[in-house]
Amino acid sequence: MMKTITEINEKLKNGEAVILNAEEMIDLVEKEGIKKAAQKVDVVTTGTFGPMCSSGIYINIGHSKPRIKLSAGECFLNDVPAYTGYAAVDISLGATALPPDDPRNKYHPGRFIYGGGHVIEEFVKGKDIKLVAKGYGTDCYPRKKLETFINIKDVNEAVLFNIRNCYQNYNCGVNLSDKTIYTYMGVLKPNLGNATYCSAGQLSPLLKDPYYRTIGIGTKIFLGGGVGFIAWQGTQHNPTVKRKHNGIPQAPAGTIAVIGDLKQMSHKWLRGTSMLGYGVTLTIGIGIPIPVLDEEIAKFTAIKDTEIFTQVVDYSKNYPEVLAGSLGEVNYAQLKSGEIELQGKTGLVKVPTASLSSYYKAVEIANILKEWLKEGRFLLTEPVEKLPGSETELTCKLLKERILTE
Amino acid sequence: MTSKKIVLKFPKQLGDKPVIYKLVKDYNLEFNILKAVIMPDEEGLLVMELKGTADNYKNGIKYLESLGILIQPLSKDVTRDEEKCTHCGACVTICPTFAFIVDKKSTPARKIVFDDKKCIACELCIPACPLQAMELHF
Repeated sequence: MMKTITEINEKLKNGEAVILNAEEMIDLVEKEGIKKAAQKVDVVTTGTFGPMCSSGIYINIGHSKPRIKLSAGECFLNDVPAYTGYAAVDISLGATALPPDDPRNKYHPGRFIYGGGHVIEEFVKGKDIKLVAKGYGTDCYPRKKLETFINIKDVNEAVLFNIRNCYQNYNCGVNLSDKTIYTYMGVLKPNLGNATYCSAGQLSPLLKDPYYRTIGIGTKIFLGGGVGFIAWQGTQHNPTVKRKHNGIPQAPAGTIAVIGDLKQMSHKWLRGTSMLGYGVTLTIGIGIPIPVLDEEIAKFTAIKDTEIFTQVVDYSKNYPEVLAGSLGEVNYAQLKSGEIELQGKTGLVKVPTASLSSYYKAVEIANILKEWLKEGRFLLTEPVEKLPGSETELTCKLLKERILTE
Repeated sequence: MTSKKIVLKFPKQLGDKPVIYKLVKDYNLEFNILKAVIMPDEEGLLVMELKGTADNYKNGIKYLESLGILIQPLSKDVTRDEEKCTHCGACVTICPTFAFIVDKKSTPARKIVFDDKKCIACELCIPACPLQAMELHF
C-alpha cells in the first residue's frame, strides 16, 4: 500500500495534498501514466447531479402547546402528504409524494407540477411551509388539530435521508413502440426517436471506485451542498451484476443510502423535479472524494467514458413487463456524442441521445469538493464497514407474488 | 433579405380581416405560420416567420402596426429561467428545431445553450423540462 487515509489527511491539513477532479485525473493518467499519477495525486473528487427518486427528509417540528400526537393521523406539508407513523412530532416526507388533488395521469401525460421534491427544495430554501395535521387525542396528547407554518430554522432536526441514491451506472432508455411514452427516463419518442441516459459517466462516484474499496459505510461526502455520510448500501444494491474486465458494471449495480443535516444544505443542490407523465422526484447533488491509496485505485479513478458501458433498454415493453434483453451495449462517450446506432426494424438507425443527469453541474460539484478539501475543512474518512461487493451473493430480486388466503 | 420570427397580437375587431393576404399582395412578403390562436370576440395571436427585402419587410411591419397589431420578436416569448435550469439536457431531443445545444467547449463542459433564434414556440419543451425552467409568455 502506497498511502493511508491518515497520511492523506495530514497532507490535507497542511495544505500539501494534490487533489484533482476525475476529469483532470483522466488527463493526467493519459499524459504521465498510472504509476506517476498514483504517486502524485492524493485525492480524486467525483460528482453527480441527477434525479434520485428514493429520497426524503425527516423533521422533528417540536411539541405544540397543548401537545398533539401526529402519529397515525393525517399530515400535509404544503398539501403534500407526509408520513407520521413515528412518535408524536416526527414527520417524514418522500420526494415523490403528491397532493391528493393532483390529477396524476388522469389526463395523460400528467404534469406533476408540485410534490414532495418541491416541498423539500422550498423548505431548504428557508420558505415557510404550511403544515396541516390531525391527531386523535390522548390523555397526554389532547390536541386534535394543528395548522401552522413551519420553517427549517425553527424545527429541531431536519435531516435528508435517502434510501437509494447515486446509482453505479444506469440504463439507457428507448421506446420501440409507435407512440410517445412518458417515463422516469424522460419523454421517449416512438420508433427509437431518441435515447436518454442518466449518469455522469466518468465523473460518477461509484463508477470511480467500482469495487467499493474506499467508498463504504461512514464515508463523508458532499450531499445536497452540505456534508453528509453514507449510512448503508442503498436499496436494490446489486453488486453482482456482470462487469467488464476493468471492473465497471455493465448495468445498474451498486447504490448508497445517504444521510446529512438538511439545515446545512442548499436548494441549489436539492431540486424538485417533475417528470412529465411519470411524477415528482428530487434532483440531488452528490460528490464523493476517493483517496488514491495505490495504483489500482489510481487506475479506477482514471476510467474514461469510452470504457464505461451500459445497456439500451426498451421502456415501452421490456422494462414495464420485466422482460430480459438489451438492444445493445453503448459506452458513455457514444451517448455523449449526441447519437448512438441501434438496430431498428429496418436495419441500423441513428438515435439522438439526451441526458437527464447534468454533467455540467456534476463537474461543479467535484470542483466544490476539491475546494473544501484544499481548504482543509473536509477530511477523508475510513469506511467503518465495507459495502457488500461483487464477492458476495447479493442480488436485487423481483417480488415473489403469492395468492392471499384467509 | 430580412427574415424574422415574430408574434402578432391582434386587437379583437381585426379578427375577420385578411391581414396576412395583404402582406403577400402589397408587400411581397413570404410567411410561414407557426401558430395561430383566434377566439371569437377576443384578442388573436399569430406566430409566424416573415421574409422579404428589407424595405418590404419594414413597410409590411408598418402596415401591421397601423392596424393596431402589437408586434414583438418570438425570442421574447419562450424563455429559460437560468436559475432553474440545471443543464441536464432532457430538452435536447425534445425540441424539433434543435434549439437546445450541448456546448462541449463550455467550462465546465456540456452546458446546455438555448438558441432562441431557432425556437418556433411549439411549446414541447415546456412540460418536458423536469425543472420547469422553460417559460411561455404569450
